[in-house]
Amino acid sequence: MTMLASIALVLLVLSNIRLLGGSRLGTLIQTVAIQGVILAFLPLFAHPGGGLNYELLAMAAATGLIKGLVLPRMLTRAVRDVQVRREVEPIVGYSTSLLVGLAALAVSAYLGWKLSPAEPAVSPLLVPVAIFTVLVGLFLIMTRRKALTQVVGYLVFENGIYTFGVSLAYRQPLLVELSVLLDVFVGVFVMGIIVFHIQREFDHIDADKLSLLRDGESQEEHQ
Amino acid sequence: MTLVASALAVLLLSGFASLALGRKSFAAVVAVGGAVAAAALGIIPATMCLAGAAPVSIAVPWSVPGGAFHIGLDPLSSIFAVVILAVSALSAMYGAGYLQGHSSAASTGPHWFFYNALTASMLVVVTAQNAVLFLVAWECMALSSFFLVTFHNEHADVRKAGWIYLVASHMATAFLIFLFAVLGSRAGSFEFADWTSTPPAAGALFLVALIGFGAKAGIVPLHVWLPQAHPAAPSHVSAVMSGVMIKTGIYGLLRVTGFLGAPEAWWGYVLVAVGISSGILGVLFALAQHDIKRLLAYHSVENIGIIILGMGLGLVGISKGNSVLAVLGFSGAILHVVNHAIFKSLLFMGAGSVVRATGIRDIDSLGGLLKSLPWTAAMFFIGAAAISALPPLNGFVSEFLIFIGALSGFSLAHASVSLASCAAVASLALIGGLAAACFAKAFGMTFLGEPRSPLAHDPREAGPAMLAPMAVLSLACAAIGLLPAQAMALVSRAAAHLALASPVDAADALKWASFPLSAVSAVAFALFALVALLAAVRLVILSKRPVDHGLTWDCGYAKPTARMQYTSSSFAQPLTSLFRPLLQTHTKGGEPTGVFPGHTTFSTDTPDVFENSMFKPVFLAVAKVAALVRSFQHGRIHVYILYIVLALLVLLFWKLG
Repeated sequence: MTMLASIALVLLVLSNIRLLGGSRLGTLIQTVAIQGVILAFLPLFAHPGGGLNYELLAMAAATGLIKGLVLPRMLTRAVRDVQVRREVEPIVGYSTSLLVGLAALAVSAYLGWKLSPAEPAVSPLLVPVAIFTVLVGLFLIMTRRKALTQVVGYLVFENGIYTFGVSLAYRQPLLVELSVLLDVFVGVFVMGIIVFHIQREFDHIDADKLSLLRDGESQEEHQ
Repeated sequence: MTLVASALAVLLLSGFASLALGRKSFAAVVAVGGAVAAAALGIIPATMCLAGAAPVSIAVPWSVPGGAFHIGLDPLSSIFAVVILAVSALSAMYGAGYLQGHSSAASTGPHWFFYNALTASMLVVVTAQNAVLFLVAWECMALSSFFLVTFHNEHADVRKAGWIYLVASHMATAFLIFLFAVLGSRAGSFEFADWTSTPPAAGALFLVALIGFGAKAGIVPLHVWLPQAHPAAPSHVSAVMSGVMIKTGIYGLLRVTGFLGAPEAWWGYVLVAVGISSGILGVLFALAQHDIKRLLAYHSVENIGIIILGMGLGLVGISKGNSVLAVLGFSGAILHVVNHAIFKSLLFMGAGSVVRATGIRDIDSLGGLLKSLPWTAAMFFIGAAAISALPPLNGFVSEFLIFIGALSGFSLAHASVSLASCAAVASLALIGGLAAACFAKAFGMTFLGEPRSPLAHDPREAGPAMLAPMAVLSLACAAIGLLPAQAMALVSRAAAHLALASPVDAADALKWASFPLSAVSAVAFALFALVALLAAVRLVILSKRPVDHGLTWDCGYAKPTARMQYTSSSFAQPLTSLFRPLLQTHTKGGEPTGVFPGHTTFSTDTPDVFENSMFKPVFLAVAKVAALVRSFQHGRIHVYILYIVLALLVLLFWKLG
């Protein structure tokens, strides 16, 4: 069982690296869909005795459906609607991104080693990979300009949290429920992109209005 | 205890119901009905507890770490609970009339929701037996009252007042969180019942509690939010906030002092000093005000000063082992909490009726309202006499207890105690005199004489929904004043508990004080009866003769106008000029000059000295420092997320590395 879980987690790491290096939006969405399918298998290994129960099965099915099918389809539709194909001018280039990803992998391995409980649930790889996925997601949000890529980043970030949650799924279903809530949030993002035809990052929809959110001088000027 | 829990449930349910009803006029009916029903439910167990029933409590587990929904009634909680529920219910009734047909287009549903939420959270604050629950209720109280203050949020000054209030109460809460975190982590539990051992550095914790709770109560110099928030809020909200909400600060201080072990004498002296300065400065600033609600707000500062003074004497009494001083100080303080709740809400309601009838808050533009608002005037008069501590009304009873307690402090062979007692007696007398002058001004300028400015329409007396609660409060003023022994019996258990004295000792001390009190009340009552009798005789004699209404002698002026009457500033001028160094009144304009003087203007304005010379420089300095870090805040979301990631990584490495 641990072996199978570890294989799934290694695949997750590989998909993360593909996300860091990819520029075509189609590729990114496809990779996220693959991640969703991988994540759907994780709950099956979560039972400490190696068995299965209905809750874990339901969780696996829901994850596969939402992360592997619904969200990627919404994203694909958004790509078609908004007419964006590639992430053209990332803030950090693709090869640098891969190097940062490598560093993030090292950091996560260190932190995961420190954080891992004495008796690791699912697989000893679980915590490091979860941290790595979170970091990759945040990095994508930080360094990509297109709103859609940022949504992908958010989805990856959220996948990392979900991976964490799996280790606790058996005892603390609350965390998993929370991550499903975050999925709804992703859905809202994508809907927003489709509805408002946002092509670039979110802070440029209407720069005048957004600068008001900063308090201080600008606000006083406007009053 | 189920009754208290059901009172809470009724408050919340009716609050949500009126929120859902929103704009419909039925919203007010539901909310007021809920407030009255909750008061009826909650006052029963609280009165039983005051009458001697054993303390009761109810505890429900809660998923918040360290927290539990654990509420209970002991004599101290009960007396505050009774006051909170009664005043909130009466003010709700008044408010329903006050808001009827108000000009603002806003829906009143949310207002009533926050009103009932405020009442519920105050009830939880005074009954909480768990520190986490206490803090949560404390914050709910601050937030709901913030939304009540900003009801007329279309005005910029109301929004400003709301912010000042919000900032003040959050800074105070920061002190309280620190205090409870220290006490809780030391005891290893957040249940009040487990906080029995004396914590280290109890004196420092006492000062933290004094700042945290004192800011809510409105002690000088932490009172700056009061004169801002009370005029901004609708009158029934001012009545609740000034009447009972600021008293939760007193409750918290009384409760927490019990967790700090045996009090030291200097705590008492600090409280006496704070009480004296709040009392005197509060009444002086009140004297210099023109806005009737701002004036009343400063009187809250004054009365909180008197309450703190009583507490200080009580603590001195405990530390010196003098149970008479302790019992009289604490019972005076607690009874003054009750009395101030009664007469201050009455006065705010009276002021609200005046504002509603005329649309004016400036005393200098009012006048002659006795004729058009006779009932409001009569009840405002009762409140004014009570707050000036005139016998036979209730304000006299509690201040007299503090007086007698201070006098008993002379008999102790401690120079410092005698000094504190002496200062307490002298300043109480000064405060009483100045308060009487201030209310002579407030009542005289508002209700007597002739109108000082033309009104848009003839003022009309308030409706029964507004007059009935005022009548109940006026009767309560008179009842406590005429039956002081019964009133003292109600607070004796709480006072005995606070003074660490046995109930028998407490009853003895109060009996000792009640004899002169009853005598003074009886004589004052006889005087009132005599005046009433003479008035009746006059009426009988005059009924047979023709009565003519004419002008008062106008000193030979050919054409007197209403503007020639004394104004509130000119009435208070002898006193305010005496205390000019403290008040720093700004005057504009001056005397007319020349043989044929032309047009001239004169105006005075007394801003809060502490707000302008203490808090403003501090906040400006903070803003200056904050401007240095503003370059971090540039609006680029990418970099914001980078900050978050870096902070998380640093924390992870720091914690794990």
